[in-house]
Amino acid sequence: MQRRATNKVSAIPPPGPELVQPPARSGEISVLKIFTTFLVIGATSFGGGVVAYLRNSLVTKYQWLDDKTFVELLSISQTLPGLNATNMAVLVGDRLRGTAGALAAICGICLPGAVIMYGVALAYHVRGDRPLSVAGLKGVAAAAVGLILATTIQLGRKSLSGLPDLVFVALTVVGVNRLHQSVPRVLIVVGALAILWYRPRRQEKDKDKEDKKEEKEGPSP
Amino acid sequence: MNQIPDLIRVFSYLSLLTVGGGMAAFPELKVLTVDVHHWLTFKQLIHLYSVGQMAPGPNMMMIVAVGQWVAGLPGAIVVLIAFFLPTALLAFTIGRLWGRLAKWPWRQSIQRGLAPVSIGLLLAGCLTMAKGAVTGWITAAVALAALMFLLRSRINPVFVILAGAVVGILALRT
Repeated sequence: MQRRATNKVSAIPPPGPELVQPPARSGEISVLKIFTTFLVIGATSFGGGVVAYLRNSLVTKYQWLDDKTFVELLSISQTLPGLNATNMAVLVGDRLRGTAGALAAICGICLPGAVIMYGVALAYHVRGDRPLSVAGLKGVAAAAVGLILATTIQLGRKSLSGLPDLVFVALTVVGVNRLHQSVPRVLIVVGALAILWYRPRRQEKDKDKEDKKEEKEGPSP
Repeated sequence: MNQIPDLIRVFSYLSLLTVGGGMAAFPELKVLTVDVHHWLTFKQLIHLYSVGQMAPGPNMMMIVAVGQWVAGLPGAIVVLIAFFLPTALLAFTIGRLWGRLAKWPWRQSIQRGLAPVSIGLLLAGCLTMAKGAVTGWITAAVALAALMFLLRSRINPVFVILAGAVVGILALRT
């Protein structure tokens, strides 16, 4: 079988080495400004899709990052464990103002949601088992299943291509839901398989071989 | 009984499983909080998780509610730190090394290989949750309608979830 699309990574171009250079304007941005900016994002990004809110604020409004850098940082966020929103906060904060910036950004983006869910926990204690609440929550849970499935499908459309990908998705689902294996075990086994499947092609070595072949055979007379 | 050490262990472990999104950790979240530690019932977990989808910010803030549930304010704070610190440190470290990693040929393979696995984990989490949340034809219809609406329009998911609450109140009262 032909292995396809080795170079296609989530439709995102691979980041270049220029990533390490801090943006020119980073000196002007205070830690407090980073905190309040991420606090506002954390308080207004209703309905998920925090990434879109981040881009709006960081790239469009404040121009702390250009689009290329934003996409590069996003591709790091997506590969690593952790939520996109908090990984992005850490990466962006670090680039703007080092460790203090990273800390300010992640605290800012987490604080509003954390306070809200703390309130939800208190309210749920008091009213969670009343018939009206239970009925409403049943509907909320069902709708949330639809939402999560929709998000997964949209993500899958962007990042999956070809039969091998579908096989890896299926193996993962079967491992967790049918065989009841723990998530880390499935992650390690199927993850290792998938990474090996997409292992680096030996283009450079092949090239070397071809070069040598040519040398051996010499220029045809 | 002091549950704080268990909260730290469970949530720092779950932190590292959120590959591709918070939902990837849901099956383990269910096993550990419901089956192992009996901190809450599966139904309660699903309720908190679903309500958490409406909160702004990172979409796993429902863990704060679990922490509050188990050990009050200290529990909430401990869970927050345990859940976000490990991956934050990882992102911080890798972010600084990324320039060097860019030339490492396996980096591309890891990114490419983990893409389908993370989708699979999200799907597995979704199925685990569906088992508890889709319990009859009305909830199935709500889930399907939400899915269709969200795939076909650019409506804010908050409204879809609120609509689910309304349908629940009207049709699922027992």
